[in-house]
Amino acid sequence: MDFLNGITLIANYIIIPGLTYGSQLALGALGITIIYSVLRFSNFAHGEFMSFGAMCAILLSWLFLSLGITLYPLPTAIIVLPIAIVLTISYCLIVDKFIFKFYRKQNSKSVISLIVSIGVMFFTGGLIRFIVGPGDRNFFDGERFILKARTFKNITGLNEGLTLKTTQGITIVLSVFLVILLFWFLNKTKTGKSMRAYSDNKELALLSGINPEKVVLITWVITGTLACVAGTLYGLDKSYKPFTYLHLVLPIFSAAIVGGVGNPVGAIIGGFVISFSELIITFAYKKIFFYFLPNNYVPKGLLQILSTDYKIAISFLILVLVLLIKPTGIYKGKII
Amino acid sequence: MSNASRIKFLYILMVITLLVVGFFQSWNVALTIFNLCLISSIMTLGINIQWGNAGIVNFGVMGFAALGGLANIIISMPPTLNAWDSGGEIIIVGLLIFTLSIFFSIILFRKSKLNIKIKYSISFTFIISGYFIMRFLVDAPIEKIEAIEPAKTGYLGGFNLPVLLSWPIGGLLAAFSAFIIGKISLGLRSDYLAIATLGISEIIIYFLKNEDWLSRGVKNVNGLPRPVPYEIELQSKEWVLKVSNYLEIPVNELSSITVKLSYSILFIVVLLIVLFLLEIAVKSPWGRMMRAIRDNEVSANAMGKNIKQRHLQVFIIGSTIIGIAGAMLTTLDGQFTPVSYQPLRYTFLIWIMVIVGGSGNNFGSIIGGFLIWFFWVQSEPLGLWFISQITTHISDTNIIKSHLLENAAHIRLMFMGMILLITLRFAPKGLIPEVKR
Repeated sequence: MDFLNGITLIANYIIIPGLTYGSQLALGALGITIIYSVLRFSNFAHGEFMSFGAMCAILLSWLFLSLGITLYPLPTAIIVLPIAIVLTISYCLIVDKFIFKFYRKQNSKSVISLIVSIGVMFFTGGLIRFIVGPGDRNFFDGERFILKARTFKNITGLNEGLTLKTTQGITIVLSVFLVILLFWFLNKTKTGKSMRAYSDNKELALLSGINPEKVVLITWVITGTLACVAGTLYGLDKSYKPFTYLHLVLPIFSAAIVGGVGNPVGAIIGGFVISFSELIITFAYKKIFFYFLPNNYVPKGLLQILSTDYKIAISFLILVLVLLIKPTGIYKGKII
Repeated sequence: MSNASRIKFLYILMVITLLVVGFFQSWNVALTIFNLCLISSIMTLGINIQWGNAGIVNFGVMGFAALGGLANIIISMPPTLNAWDSGGEIIIVGLLIFTLSIFFSIILFRKSKLNIKIKYSISFTFIISGYFIMRFLVDAPIEKIEAIEPAKTGYLGGFNLPVLLSWPIGGLLAAFSAFIIGKISLGLRSDYLAIATLGISEIIIYFLKNEDWLSRGVKNVNGLPRPVPYEIELQSKEWVLKVSNYLEIPVNELSSITVKLSYSILFIVVLLIVLFLLEIAVKSPWGRMMRAIRDNEVSANAMGKNIKQRHLQVFIIGSTIIGIAGAMLTTLDGQFTPVSYQPLRYTFLIWIMVIVGGSGNNFGSIIGGFLIWFFWVQSEPLGLWFISQITTHISDTNIIKSHLLENAAHIRLMFMGMILLITLRFAPKGLIPEVKR
């Protein structure tokens, strides 16, 4: 029994939150990685694109709620997601047309595009704050839990509860779906293959008649979709605040680099590496030892490796470690 | 326009703008803006020597500025009674043990000829055991120190030395950390370097936010000593009263203007010294070598220049300057608030200043710092004015209008983004371009 209690504890505090946060990071990192491998720059504005997507979802779900359209157990944001995705993609394309395209045509250095993306970040951030304001927005409606702690306790008779929030369930299901779709697209369709060819060797791809404009368009469509979904899921899960998305960029970059920039599989692995190590390092192991060890051996302290305040700092720490030991990341990506 | 006339024009324009603010808003506001302009322009000089002259992307401005701020606490605050007795030394010893464990594992890694996997596992165990020994030693004294009057102190305190000393010490702190950060990350290419420095600066901020025994964390350190007299002291001075009668300015306004002016003088002195040294450096063979490395690393390497060493050198120099400016900023504020360090305000805004002013030109960076800071401060009222102008035809009770007016302040982020984008598009070399030598 104690053993099962311990397992439930780990599942409740590490595995489920880790999977949720990891999927959000992975979706974000995929966006950054795809932009990097096709357009050859680090897009600092990606966090704000995510925020933009979430903002669209919020505004639209308010609209739908006022019209009385809901999807009860699920949040309204899920119905409006397709429209929000279209809006985000359009914004990305407009930004690309007026800003990034110029530097692409000039073959600017990637640092210059990086600084340009910071300008875009400022602009988008200001636009978002101007439209919805800087405050906290909770736009979750519908059923809050799929599995409540008390129900779980009643069913199994364990001391420890296991909760699964609706947002966590949605995040995991939607991410798996999107990732499968993305890989199917990249590996099986002709457009996806041409995109991979373009990212592998631009000149050769151009020579074999691949239309660069189309590749760029598809890239932004994918990035916009991923950004919008990741931003909305993060906002649903943790409540939306424009400010947090700026801070989300760094863990996302860490995830992309840890996995290997330019490698989609790496981005996903990186996201989970970051999220699980954040949770594992800041978890207080006292209770687990309480279940697994005989009573007299349980130590006194909380048994935390680092205090929870350092949660986000861990992703940077891992980033630094990876850059020191293996700058190409876990899966060999391109070296920036 | 030639560079010299551009410099003259822009500097005179800046002076006039500040004078206009002085005459029409108030001299207090003008001087507050001026002081922060001075500090910003020192920071831009630090970034300019790294980016403009050596091509290094340092996104860690925030961290170095915060370390400069920390120097204020360490130097100028009085030591907390009993804090050192309850184990201050043990903390230092603990930190030393952890540092040594890292140091030894690096040495081991570099020197030994063992199998790479064995090397990794040995260094890993070394660092992990060093960490746990540190935690074992440090946890109890930290708890004790943080329990000493947590509302007032709860930290080690400083050395009670004159606060001006914290400026060079802040520079040294920043230099020391720049050495470590540079050793870690300078081998990386530009994009990675940008992300790595940004990440490390966030780690520094997290450390300062959470290690209450050192910096009181989110509880902030207030009431840092000042290098200039307090307004209250001035108000009772004979000469202040006389001047105030003579100029017909109220005494309290005159005293705060005097205080701000004395800060300005201190800052101008620092700015001039830094500018003078940098100009010498840039014009010397060293500066030429840096530009050669920036423009073509491979050929500079072929000429026998040690690129890693030179990059580390210039990284440390630039970061020192940022550290000094950060220390000055905290002294001006009179308090150290780790929460206020945001990458948007400290890292990216400084970068916008450098790019807009003109990377590779010290005078350009200074004017960039002045213009952008001025605009950053004034664009809030400007945004409000702009919105109220375009919404004059809408009735005051309209929800959209009130919403727009409420959020008008955030227009300044959009302004900043647009300024940066327009500069990069139409004048990529900045307002005052680099001099071709």
